[in-house]
Amino acid sequence: MLRYIVRRVLIMIPTLVITSMLIFTVMLLPPSDYFETYVAEMQAQGERADMSRIEFLRKEYGFDRPVVERYFLWISGFVRGDFGYSFEYEMPVRDIVGERLALTMLVSFCTIIMTWIVAFPIGIYSATRQYSWGDYGLTFLGLIGIAIPHFLLALLFMYFANVWFGTSIGGLMDPVYFNQPMSWDKAKSILEHLWIPVLIIGAGGTGKMIRRIRANLLDELQKQYVVTAKAKGLSPRKALLKYPLRMSLNFFISDIGDILPAIVSGAELTAVVLSLQTTGPLLLRALQSQDMYLAGSFLMFLACLTVVGVLISDIALGFLDPRIRLSGGSVK
Amino acid sequence: MTTGSIKDRLPAPGGPLPHLVSTAPFNPQSAEDLTEAQRNLYLASQWRLMWWKFKRHRLAVASGAILIVLYAAIAIVEFLAPYNDQTINIDFIRAPPQSVHIFHEGRLTAPFVYGLSYKLNMDDLKREYTDDTSKRYPIRFFCRGDSYRFWGLIEGDLHLVCPAHDGTLFLLGTDRLGRDMLSRMIYGGRISLTIGLIGISISFVLGIIIGGLAGYYGGKFDMITQRAIEVIQSLPHIPLWLALSSIMPPNWSPLLVYFGITLILGLMDWTGLARAVRSKLLSLREDDYVTAAQLMGASTGRIVFRHLVPGFMSHLIASATITIPSMILGETALSFLGLGLRPPITSWGVMLNEAQNINVVALYPWLMLPVVPVIIVILAFNFLGDGLRDAADPYH
Repeated sequence: MLRYIVRRVLIMIPTLVITSMLIFTVMLLPPSDYFETYVAEMQAQGERADMSRIEFLRKEYGFDRPVVERYFLWISGFVRGDFGYSFEYEMPVRDIVGERLALTMLVSFCTIIMTWIVAFPIGIYSATRQYSWGDYGLTFLGLIGIAIPHFLLALLFMYFANVWFGTSIGGLMDPVYFNQPMSWDKAKSILEHLWIPVLIIGAGGTGKMIRRIRANLLDELQKQYVVTAKAKGLSPRKALLKYPLRMSLNFFISDIGDILPAIVSGAELTAVVLSLQTTGPLLLRALQSQDMYLAGSFLMFLACLTVVGVLISDIALGFLDPRIRLSGGSVK
Repeated sequence: MTTGSIKDRLPAPGGPLPHLVSTAPFNPQSAEDLTEAQRNLYLASQWRLMWWKFKRHRLAVASGAILIVLYAAIAIVEFLAPYNDQTINIDFIRAPPQSVHIFHEGRLTAPFVYGLSYKLNMDDLKREYTDDTSKRYPIRFFCRGDSYRFWGLIEGDLHLVCPAHDGTLFLLGTDRLGRDMLSRMIYGGRISLTIGLIGISISFVLGIIIGGLAGYYGGKFDMITQRAIEVIQSLPHIPLWLALSSIMPPNWSPLLVYFGITLILGLMDWTGLARAVRSKLLSLREDDYVTAAQLMGASTGRIVFRHLVPGFMSHLIASATITIPSMILGETALSFLGLGLRPPITSWGVMLNEAQNINVVALYPWLMLPVVPVIIVILAFNFLGDGLRDAADPYH
């Protein structure tokens, strides 16, 4: 088991390295950089930018050095916890990111938990009562969850929460608490606001999860060992829970690796609409203004978040299913 | 049954047992002979079997029909839409949907709409439209209306339905510039539906080539592609799409942006297919017919793309169908955030961009209508994909 974990962690490293290169390349691709955009914007407003200051900043951030060197500066800083400096906010990226990243993680985590809690019983119900009205209804509900764009769901939620409960649900907490140290009131406020984004973001993932659990469990239920077990007189409940369910549980864990990137994506979109204090709105703004260190570090964080999430799900899978850690997914 | 009745039917003790002998000729091969239906089944080609199996999935067939109609419709949007997508009706800004009536004062008439009378409410500066029942505007069919260039090439002005000559016909309301929502939705379909199709073609080609070579060669090349796929799959797509689309220079022409977006969507999506192709090839390449082809001197390309890939093409098509919705949703999301397509191109996402704030939901809910075709198309593709996947392996 230890060997499996170690190998899995080692594989993660090249993945992250390639990811960081990819992100850095994407950040460099725009034909102009932040300073050029900035100067152009100033000129458009009829003001003159202080060219000497801009030259100084360009030097300071190493814009005059070769690309490879800049990459290494950025990534070595990233590893040490120095995520660069945001041009737009004129403060270190770390100070901007801090709480937002924690909140993104919180939202993603809660969404996964919600997905599990909802999808698991529904999936089992659908699979054991295939082609019943309940199965059709729930499958349809899940599909609707997949088909409605997140942002629209968010808008509708916002509107109806306002009409029915008279509350404003924008944001992830009461605005007064943002950037405040953690306190009981703040935690309460977050919890009050959390359920709506979690529901919205989880809708698509839950729908997908339900369908896959259903399909997997159905496959499993048709296998001969289940027939044998039933023929030998095992009670239907036991014939379901003892083996088939455990088999489909494997995939349940491994699927987290698939839906986690989707959840993070959905979280970004929903965050923009609901103006959550997560990474989404800031990332969007940073991308538009070519604030490259802020955007790059954000993307890198999100990538790390998903890669680590996948790693955890893989390790959990290794615990559950010895075949996986023994054969180790070897490449032929 | 009582014992007495059995006794009645038994022969007398010692007497012969009555039995029936059929005089019809006996065919000793009757067990092996096939009925007409069975022979058809055994002789049917693979594609025919798939079709039979697909037909059993009613929902998939219906979805397929809907999609065929929709895709056929995008070829003739200029004809179907009552207005042009950019026709601005300055007097009817954010007008609500007009309903079609066929009864007037209790009598059945040709379909018509009532006129809209407009009043600016000075208290909240809201435009209020009410039906003016004194004016009736019959709807015209196969009529001359807004002139257009069919596919940007041929001049024309024939429409399926048009408003009355001095009237209006806003079946789904108008937007903030007074453009007809229905017409814009029909035009938007051309963009939104093709984006998924072109995107999937890109990812299909990439997936088959990369996955095919990785699976066939294995070794180092496989190792590298596997890592690359892992990287791309572990990245959250929307942030990366955002990053990629923010690269596109703002002075690109709308058409170029359109192709840029499809390229971005396609570039991120080939991984699933590549994986499927690779894992299939890993097992198939050990088969005898591959060895035979190698011995006969077939090139790698020929073995992979002529002999191996067609063998599971049906699976690939099925899984490609299931990923189209994610592309359509991707375009909607990007355009919604203002990073995707931009006006004057009309797509469902661009239209939804205008439904961004909560006022719309409260005051002009019809601006959210473009989400209806989005949902229909996505559901249809999902069901179709399901049906295709079930049918892809007809021998199962």
